[in-house]
Amino acid sequence: MSDTVRIKPYLRLSGLEPLVIRPETNFVNVGERTNVTGSKKFARLIRENKYEEALSVARQQVESGAQVLDINMDDALLDGVKAMTTFLNLLQSEPDIAKIPIMIDSSKFEIIEAGLKCVQGKCIVNSISMKEGVEKFIREAHICRMFGAAVVVMAFDEQGQADTYERRVNICTQAYKILTEQVGFDPQDIIFDPNIFAIATGIEEHNNYAIDFIEATRTIKERMPLAKISGGVSNISFSFRGNEPVREAMHSVFLLYAIRAGMDMGIVNAGQLVVYDEIEPQLRELCEDVIWNKRPDATDRLIAFAETVKAKDKSEVKNEEWRNSSVEERLKHALVNGITDYIDGDTEEARQKYARPLEVIEGPLMAGMNVVGDLFGSGKMFLPQVVKSARVMKKSVAILTPYIEEEKRNNPNAQQGGAAKILLATVKGDVHDIGKNIVGVVLGCNGYDIIDLGVMVPADKILETAAKENVDIIGLSGLITPSLDEMVHVAREMKRRNMQQPLLIGGATTSRMHTAVRIAPEYDQGVVHVLDASRSVTVAGSLLSNEQKSPYLDKIKTEYVKLKEDFASKKSVKQYLTFELAQKNPVKIDWPNFQPIAPTFTGTKQFLNYDLAEIAQYIDWSPFFIAWELHGKFPNILTDEKVGSEASRLYEDAKVLLKKIIDEKWLTAQGVIGFWPAEATAPDTVKLNTKAGVVSLEFLRQQIKKAADQPNTSLADFIKPATVSGKPFADYMGAFTVTIKGIEPHIEQYIQTHDDYNKIMLQVLADRLVEAFAECLHERVRKEFWGYATDEHLSNEELISEQYMGIRPAPGYPACPDHTEKYKLFEMLGGEAATGITLTESLAMYPASSVSGWYFAHPQSQYFGIGKIQKDQVEDYAKRKGMSVEEVEKWLRPVLEYEL
Amino acid sequence: MDIKKELRKRILVIDGAMGTMIQRYKLTEEDYRGERFKTWPSDIKGNNEALSITRPDVIGAIHREYLDAGADIIETNTFSATVIAQGEYGMQEFAYEQNVASARIAREAADEYTAKDPSKPRFVAGAIGPLNKTLSLSPDVNNPGYRALTFDEAMEAYYDQTKGLVEGGVHILLIETIFDTLNSKAAIFAIKKFFHDTGLPELPIMISGTITDASGRTLSGQTLEAFYTSVMHARPLSIGLNCALGANEMRAHIEELSHIAACYTSAYPNAGLPNAMGEYDEQPHETAHFIEEWASQGFVNIVGGCCGTTPEHIRHIAEHVKSFEPRQLPVLEPSL
Repeated sequence: MSDTVRIKPYLRLSGLEPLVIRPETNFVNVGERTNVTGSKKFARLIRENKYEEALSVARQQVESGAQVLDINMDDALLDGVKAMTTFLNLLQSEPDIAKIPIMIDSSKFEIIEAGLKCVQGKCIVNSISMKEGVEKFIREAHICRMFGAAVVVMAFDEQGQADTYERRVNICTQAYKILTEQVGFDPQDIIFDPNIFAIATGIEEHNNYAIDFIEATRTIKERMPLAKISGGVSNISFSFRGNEPVREAMHSVFLLYAIRAGMDMGIVNAGQLVVYDEIEPQLRELCEDVIWNKRPDATDRLIAFAETVKAKDKSEVKNEEWRNSSVEERLKHALVNGITDYIDGDTEEARQKYARPLEVIEGPLMAGMNVVGDLFGSGKMFLPQVVKSARVMKKSVAILTPYIEEEKRNNPNAQQGGAAKILLATVKGDVHDIGKNIVGVVLGCNGYDIIDLGVMVPADKILETAAKENVDIIGLSGLITPSLDEMVHVAREMKRRNMQQPLLIGGATTSRMHTAVRIAPEYDQGVVHVLDASRSVTVAGSLLSNEQKSPYLDKIKTEYVKLKEDFASKKSVKQYLTFELAQKNPVKIDWPNFQPIAPTFTGTKQFLNYDLAEIAQYIDWSPFFIAWELHGKFPNILTDEKVGSEASRLYEDAKVLLKKIIDEKWLTAQGVIGFWPAEATAPDTVKLNTKAGVVSLEFLRQQIKKAADQPNTSLADFIKPATVSGKPFADYMGAFTVTIKGIEPHIEQYIQTHDDYNKIMLQVLADRLVEAFAECLHERVRKEFWGYATDEHLSNEELISEQYMGIRPAPGYPACPDHTEKYKLFEMLGGEAATGITLTESLAMYPASSVSGWYFAHPQSQYFGIGKIQKDQVEDYAKRKGMSVEEVEKWLRPVLEYEL
Repeated sequence: MDIKKELRKRILVIDGAMGTMIQRYKLTEEDYRGERFKTWPSDIKGNNEALSITRPDVIGAIHREYLDAGADIIETNTFSATVIAQGEYGMQEFAYEQNVASARIAREAADEYTAKDPSKPRFVAGAIGPLNKTLSLSPDVNNPGYRALTFDEAMEAYYDQTKGLVEGGVHILLIETIFDTLNSKAAIFAIKKFFHDTGLPELPIMISGTITDASGRTLSGQTLEAFYTSVMHARPLSIGLNCALGANEMRAHIEELSHIAACYTSAYPNAGLPNAMGEYDEQPHETAHFIEEWASQGFVNIVGGCCGTTPEHIRHIAEHVKSFEPRQLPVLEPSL
């Protein structure tokens, strides 16, 4: 028999996942941007019916840490019931948003009811009150209860909103009694909003509002301990709107006391909260004065101070006060704030102060980096800031290194640092290393000794270095799909060599599932998938701690075994067609009535030194921020509550470097495009008529069983079949490569100056430029070189969302996952000489910032993923390509539906 | 007769599949139609709920087989007896009648067995199925905001079904095979509204969700705990799982549920997973073996079978769980 289960009366909410609010939950952030009354942008998107974009606002809230999502559609210009229904229905199909509970926010009960009818999870209704009498309150509460929602009750009755301590407490007490005794509410499902009002307005009666709220909160929680307290925090500072530093400080001071008094949740701009301890002492004291109504002139004094804050242009007036503190404090400040201006002098000063140079690293520098690590770990610093901190650290260490070397020479027995060593490498055949570099920097910041072997590193070299250097952890990175197999190979080799180090797996194509199913079973000493740089720290920490290591690995192992089982049991659920049947269900195109448009030339055209300034206009900035682990859509990310200010800073830095790249011609853009007469000669074969002869391209076809009327698509479907044309090569197809060259000397330069920040920035920008180049050329192809869409007028946003006609899928990516077709593409475009790109044995392209792809022009052509394919298709494909089945299976492993 | 009293004493057994048993009768189109629907314009074979009107003898006989096997609770033949699900056969107008008739057949059988042995009272649970349309999912992949059904339509259909079941005399209302929690919330709303409107004493509600695959989530994407949290407001007699999984696959979920449920727990899995022919071939002693282990661990209060289970399965299950104490209700602490 199991032990008796005890269940506590917590407030329990749910989206797709549960949210249990326990006493130790601290403070629940309710995301406020999906509110038409509070966010102009969200209001505009809803009014313009741009629900997709409106969803991205919700997603961004979730990503920046909202635990509940407040949704409000109260706008005179909107049909609130319809807007709430539409938005919530759409939101249900986005699991990454729908996972958190919804707060349905409206002053109109019909909108609340409409919202409740759309959400399966347990919601919060915000709000009901006794404003229009007890009877209506009971009726509405009863309906909420039938939907199982928790309710926010505003401290409001027929006399108006409660604005004193007594009225707040009395109204809440009365409402509690009614809800629990007459409506049957569980007390934990009741959330009071005892009204946060603006203080420091100049009106004397307002001066006590904060105290009254805090004290009312305290009393309510004493009398009704299971009930919760919530409120709209930004109201408190309403009289200082426009002055964010003062508002943020007021919010932090107010919340500190309100939370202590028992406030459980609030609609807050979480990203903008400053840490209480970090508020400038004078400002903090002034805030304390107004919040606690300590002196009659408190408001005037805060206003006076606010004006000085306003007058100061933050960027011009540097606060140099920190220069007066001790050298340890200065080093810490420089590290936390990423300031390199004084690092040389400060390091030298510290070196002279300490007995040994190593003590500077192990003492003040590590102390500073620990603060950085903690702030990053708790989400108070973001990746670009951490990379800047690392730059400071590296510069300082570089100054100390010669002294450490010298000491070693003079006294070989002196004890040297014992930091754990982590080896990082991008696997053989792959050239991508931005993510790996970031992981290296972040781990470096946390005190690990990083050995970075760079890109295209064979398994032998990785493992020999690991043994020679006696590293503690090995981390592998890769971006293209063949790298997954290489990682499996490394894992097998590690087992064969009887190695003991845990293995970390990371990079864009890697996944927890792939790691669990394919890599983990190959090596017993621990294999862990690391989602991003920020996770790498805790993973490394757990693996290097004697106490944590084995429970941690056990936990991961159990998780992976479960994932593997899930994978095995899920697979059988999907149904597949035989390849023969799939081929009989292609995209239906009315070919007899389609007249292909001839390109302005056939053969190839080369662009040697394409104007970088023109290319830069096509940059899609959202992936730029993702590379820096700042999530959100551009340009909204610049004003995001949480990451906005850091994103803006990063964007400014990027623009400066980009200008330098363009003005000083650091990089060159080289591209080739080509068009050829084409025809489909078999369901999945397209023949191109090139000068060098006929080239057969082989494509793969979706094989999963589709809904009625949905085709099993293959790229070959978009080329006119020879059988309907009545003449040979009646259609056309194109191809392109683009690359950004010349990055190496600049990277080297940054390595020399220990500037990881700009090194990574440059790599990320080169990636953006090559993508922009592909976009730019594709537009010219559509409008000019091929000219099938001469009247196209699309904005950059519309280009990014792929609203153009025709597609440019890349070999090795979802629509045509076979990398080996790249050989044909490169051959036709003139090979390495013309394209400026070399192919590795895994068919990665070097330089790393390169893109290649096919051009299809048919209006029905669209991007898609092949999904998984079965053995019959693989066999047929192998025959068509003249390769062995084993060889094909090796290249297509990620899309195989069956086990090898 | 108080089911709570019985639940405190022992693990109760709920019956097995209705559909599997009906198949054994190899009924023809004529059987389904009977006199009543002789001239119905379309085929109705497969509309099992219609049999409660045209072949009450068959439905009654199946109930008696399960009662003989030891079932404490039998389910009415009303899984699809809603104006929405009956729409498939165009027979919406008979949904209400099906509920009343099915409840009466089951009640008659149960009362007969209770009379035979008053120390083992038998209960009738009115089966409320998931509908063939869902409120949280769009049937159109290109239009994720679309819904084939509104909450109000679902709620009204369930209201009508509840009314019929109560009129027919059920002891319990059983919302089962829940793929989409929002559908079940419409059912809960309907039941609460029905008892509120009529002033009749509320019948206990059993709630049974369906975890569709190894992901551990419902079809509409919720985790088990999120699902339970979403239906807790019904203040159900029991919360549990049925269908989609066999006992082996269901074990982890039942274990989790037994730790979080403030009420009684129920579990009635399928007879394993379907084989390549879509048939269930887990043998009665095999199913019973799994369920016995749950009982020994104290996970369950009500057990039985779903798709593919037969009176033999129920007999074995009843036999195997008989000697175990039921799961203890958790202690609900009054303060944080």
